[in-house]
Amino acid sequence: MKKKLLAGLLALVPALGFCAEDQVHLQEANIDSSNIESLQRGARLFVNYCLSCHSASMMRYERMGKDLEIPQKLVAKDLMFNNGRLGDTMTVAMYPEDAKAWFGTVPPDLSVIARARGVNWLYTYLHSFYRDPSKLTGVNNLAFPDVGMPNVLWELQGVQEPVITTSKDADGKEVKTVTLKLVKPGTLTPKEYDRAVRDLVNFLDYMGEPAKHERRSLGVKVILFLLLFLVVAYLMKRDYWKDVH
Amino acid sequence: MAGNATEKWQGGLLGWIDARFPLSSLWNDHLAKYYAPKNFNFWYFFGSLALLVLVLQIVTGIWLTMHYKPDSKLAFNSVEFIMRDVNWGWLIRYMHSTGASAFFIVVYLHMFRGLLYGSFRKPRELIWIFGMIIYVCLMAEAFMGYLLPWGQMSYWGAQVIINLFGAIPGIGDSIALWIRGDYVVADATLNRFFAFHAVAIPIVLLALVVLHLLALHEVGSNNPDGIEIKQNKGPDGIPLDGIPFHPYYTVKDIVGVIVFLIFFSIVVFFMPEMGGFFIEANNFIPADPLKTPQHIAPLWYFTPFYAILRAVPSMYGSAFPGVLAMALSIVLLFFLPWLDRGAVKSIRYRGNMYKGWLAAFVVSFVILGWLGMEPPSTVYTLIARICSVIYFAFFLFMPFFTRMDKTKPVPDRVTS
Repeated sequence: MKKKLLAGLLALVPALGFCAEDQVHLQEANIDSSNIESLQRGARLFVNYCLSCHSASMMRYERMGKDLEIPQKLVAKDLMFNNGRLGDTMTVAMYPEDAKAWFGTVPPDLSVIARARGVNWLYTYLHSFYRDPSKLTGVNNLAFPDVGMPNVLWELQGVQEPVITTSKDADGKEVKTVTLKLVKPGTLTPKEYDRAVRDLVNFLDYMGEPAKHERRSLGVKVILFLLLFLVVAYLMKRDYWKDVH
Repeated sequence: MAGNATEKWQGGLLGWIDARFPLSSLWNDHLAKYYAPKNFNFWYFFGSLALLVLVLQIVTGIWLTMHYKPDSKLAFNSVEFIMRDVNWGWLIRYMHSTGASAFFIVVYLHMFRGLLYGSFRKPRELIWIFGMIIYVCLMAEAFMGYLLPWGQMSYWGAQVIINLFGAIPGIGDSIALWIRGDYVVADATLNRFFAFHAVAIPIVLLALVVLHLLALHEVGSNNPDGIEIKQNKGPDGIPLDGIPFHPYYTVKDIVGVIVFLIFFSIVVFFMPEMGGFFIEANNFIPADPLKTPQHIAPLWYFTPFYAILRAVPSMYGSAFPGVLAMALSIVLLFFLPWLDRGAVKSIRYRGNMYKGWLAAFVVSFVILGWLGMEPPSTVYTLIARICSVIYFAFFLFMPFFTRMDKTKPVPDRVTS
């Protein structure tokens, strides 16, 4: 009874701040959701590097092809590795129990991850892996400490190591800042890697809400119609109210 | 001859109906011969807008239920299915999620209008009480609806609010268990919340809206001058300052509706999450009973009351005093018609005391609303306590400051 009460009270007091997550300074993703080529490159990165562990179980291949102007034949040939049908959603073959045993947790579905985390966080996260021999995967992440995911993009990015600098803040307290230094270059230059991550995040953002473009373009039309209607309605009101003094 | 025949047929049909159902008299009593004061201003749009949003919510809600699955394993994905695979599903869902917040914005402004012009005063006490019950039902409706997408915020928000009942001494735990239907928020909770959200509460809301309007049309509308227009009638028995609701206010309200829809569309089409105020980012993570989010805050329309809850310190290891204060902050509103002892109704003729108190009340309400979204800190808790004291003082001192206030003379006829 007492324990339950305590649990209840704890639930009343949110934000005790146990978690060190989200304290990293976020970099701007600067995505351009109208850039179809960027989205197409992002889609390719996604199916090649993410889709083996992470599903996007709400996203259909067919819809992706249509929205990103990729011919359906190419989608089937280059972006689908599971001999499925175009109307299928992006699922993975890995069993959740296996995933749990290998990574300690089931890799989350990425359909709406951009809406949950925000594009800047994703962009920062994919830049923040560093070598940490104490971890099973050999890497850790500044934006997501002790993350279960290995740095799947390491081939492209290369290997980073942390550099800790100590400085004093306004109150004279010592503040440790961790920056990451590229110690072994990958197949992409840092600039190319930035672009690749931007493309990937752009694609994740698209996946979070495939109807976004339709939404905005319809919105312009709806509001223009309403503005026109407003003029007519106002004139009608003025006419009716002429005799009210 | 054809025209004659049509006319005869039309009159005949209406006559036929009128002999069996009070169609013409309903139309006249509530629209064509319902005389409303001619001096309604900006604040008087929000009643009809609330009705509009209610209809929007019901219609979009019906369409959402066609694809939504009230099952803890399917709910989250069914919402995303609506967003992607249902034709216009995204539009219907965004209209519904934006409509929930729009409802509260409109209702808060509608209630503030009552405070400005004393619309709750005699003889309109029952209108106010019906309105307050609508407001409480609306809170229940919004709270239960927010569980349905089954995201992290849905889940943990519900957990926190239901735990409030658990703070009631002695029977609290049993009540919380009874509400949840399980030891934690679970499938049983989702199912019953869906039943209440989609069926039970909407029926009650509709009935209450009818009562609210019937009571209003019985006594007649108040106006920005707080004058009873029925006291000045012409020889024909029509109030001199009254105009038929239809067509005058119907055409005027259409203008208000369109302006509202423009703002509504800006949100629906260009910022449906409204920066996290209308749809929270955490709610795109499926509910996980094992992972408590770092920061749980209710949606913005509950935060003033949530801040009052947190402002009250626990006593004897029980959060019950806070829960009581929160309940009291809403219950007090019901008693406004009897707490206000002012000689005049409208703020136009009240003295500086009422104006000052009302301003302080509104400012503390807004600050409390903001504090309710923030994680607590020592400074914030202090501010929340000050604002809570002002909130309650507004009601408790109202019988005194309204009577002591230096009022101005009220004109006989409405001013334009």
